[in-house]
Amino acid sequence: MSMETLPKQSGLIPDGIVSRILRQLQSGWRSIVIAVPFVWLFLFFLAPFFIVAKISLAELAISSPPFSKMIEWTDGTIMTIRVVFDNFAYIFDDPLYARTYINSLKISIISTFFCLLIGYPMAYGIVRSGPVAKRLLLFSIILPFWTSFLLRVYAWMGLLADQGTINGFLISMGIIDEPIRMLYTEFAVYIGIVYTYLPFMILPLYANMEKLDATLNEAAADLGSGPINTFFKITLPLTMPGIIAGSLLVFIPATGEYVIPDLLGGGNVQMIGRLLYNEFARNIDWPVACAVAIVLLMLLVLPMAIYQHYQGKASEGVTGE
Amino acid sequence: MLGDQISTDQNATDRPWLNSDAEPLIRIRGVTKKFGEFVAVNNVDLDIHQGELFCLLGGSGCGKTTLLRMLAGFEVPTSGQILIDGNDMSDVPPYERPTNMMFQNYALFPHMSVEKNIAFGLQQDKLPKDEIEDRIHAILKLVELQDYKKRKPQQLSGGQRQRVALARALVKEPKLLLLDEPLGALDKKLREQTQFELANIQDQVGITFVVVTHDQEEAMTLSTRIAVMDKGEFIQIGSPTEIYEFPENRFVADFIGSANILEGQIVEDSADHVQVLTDIGELNIEHSQPVQKGAQVWVALRPEKIHLSAEAPSEPQPNQSKGIVEDIGYLGNSSIYKIRLESGRIIDVTAPNQIRPKSRSHGITWEDTVYLTWDPSSVMLLNK
Repeated sequence: MSMETLPKQSGLIPDGIVSRILRQLQSGWRSIVIAVPFVWLFLFFLAPFFIVAKISLAELAISSPPFSKMIEWTDGTIMTIRVVFDNFAYIFDDPLYARTYINSLKISIISTFFCLLIGYPMAYGIVRSGPVAKRLLLFSIILPFWTSFLLRVYAWMGLLADQGTINGFLISMGIIDEPIRMLYTEFAVYIGIVYTYLPFMILPLYANMEKLDATLNEAAADLGSGPINTFFKITLPLTMPGIIAGSLLVFIPATGEYVIPDLLGGGNVQMIGRLLYNEFARNIDWPVACAVAIVLLMLLVLPMAIYQHYQGKASEGVTGE
Repeated sequence: MLGDQISTDQNATDRPWLNSDAEPLIRIRGVTKKFGEFVAVNNVDLDIHQGELFCLLGGSGCGKTTLLRMLAGFEVPTSGQILIDGNDMSDVPPYERPTNMMFQNYALFPHMSVEKNIAFGLQQDKLPKDEIEDRIHAILKLVELQDYKKRKPQQLSGGQRQRVALARALVKEPKLLLLDEPLGALDKKLREQTQFELANIQDQVGITFVVVTHDQEEAMTLSTRIAVMDKGEFIQIGSPTEIYEFPENRFVADFIGSANILEGQIVEDSADHVQVLTDIGELNIEHSQPVQKGAQVWVALRPEKIHLSAEAPSEPQPNQSKGIVEDIGYLGNSSIYKIRLESGRIIDVTAPNQIRPKSRSHGITWEDTVYLTWDPSSVMLLNK
């Protein structure tokens, strides 16, 4: 609201009061605007997180819901709080969990690396292409989202199966005699993850590279730097924010991925998402499933915190002394 | 270099392009650049000598930047040849050329400090660390940025960035420094100041500069020579004085400074002057080149070369006219008068405001009858 539109007060109410009320109203609006996302985050992120954390500290019980209560009242007067860390102890004791976490991280890191390897030149190519081609290429990056994710994974099953399209083609060409086993291997999981998450790598990289000044490359060349040196000294450091953003967008959801390892990996590829699902739905052990989720979250928060730290440092360098 | 050895004659060292024996540093031979159907640079030839501060001057789209980028190696000529120091540059990529460029937007590396920006070029030459440090120190002193070497480009003002860009290009001591609108991003006051600084620096380091600009004032103050460009061709090449006082055609007369341009016919041709009949009367022009009687010509008269007076001249002048003040543009140090002559034609006259008026009004004002006189040597006869 602009101050000028208000009629000038004369006599009864001094101008100072009017503008002070207006200021307060404005700051009130500001808090309301800021409050909306905070309430949203609280209701749909923080509150569920505390519920999950609470269940992870409970015991399995034959009841509905299937875990022990944290707070119990005896005779309506005595309050007992029961917190058990058995679930976490169990996860750390059983090597299956450690192995699965490590395997998840390994698959996720390698997939992220391949997404970067494929996505980086793609993003660069899109940025450097003409305006019409650019729009077309960007559109084709987003196009797969218009089809259901599940459908696309099923399509990959059809492609990779022993009697699938790829093997069929190779056999008919006479290149191989027997089908190559691709479905239900780690290879299939890599294919699925890289395929699914590639757009999440390309789009932040594209946004970052679009801002990059092309004359910087010319300046580097002018100063005697060949194309390879220019890439490593100029382009790569300046696209680092895009690389980090894209890598996190791939790495974090890929680590907890359930559908891809389940459908393309079958029983042969253990990832933490499948384990969590098994605890939750098959064993109906909610407390252990929640503990698995909490440990996963901690594993993922760590790189996030490192990224935040890095970002803070980078912006300090720009604005500070 | 070659230029130094050839002659001790003052004239030749100051103006190497007049010395026909001197080997030019840059030779541009029949260079054409086409972008699709569009001809950006059309079959140009040019020699630039060691130590020159050469300006390519023209409006936007005249091909000046394309020509500069071909010198740097960012564009490849469609046809023709560029030689720098006798070497054909056709297959030499930008990073192997003995040239450095100062970019219009400066193109400083945002993730590097001032010091690292300047060191970048030297590191590519694999110079020893000590020498890199010494040279950074020297160049920062030259551009007066010693206290800013740890800063990032974002932490500098426009003028400071401009000097970092200049330092980064100069520190490699190229044979040829290319400057693309070097002062374009600065405000007027800073630009005027920097013009002289730039010319001084060029004088100190002795490196050949080729400057692209659309600002004629910048070109006039900086250059030893100016090439006026239009539609991918050179219209005239010469020293600032030659370009301003002896334009070869209407385009140059009109583009550089301002000029009253009149069409006329030669009615009399004497040994040292010609009479030209124009729509403001018969003009007496000092001219020694032979011309054909009856030929159609163009004449140009600079506004500042016309004398304006409220009183009629006491004795008849070879060139005089009378008119009414139609409009006045007051610029402070001088004023522009638009004078409507009896023929109806409007002539621009500028006069310095040498005397501070006693009252708030001016000596000559709207609707005054004024008398114009000018010297026969001031009128420029143009062929085209």
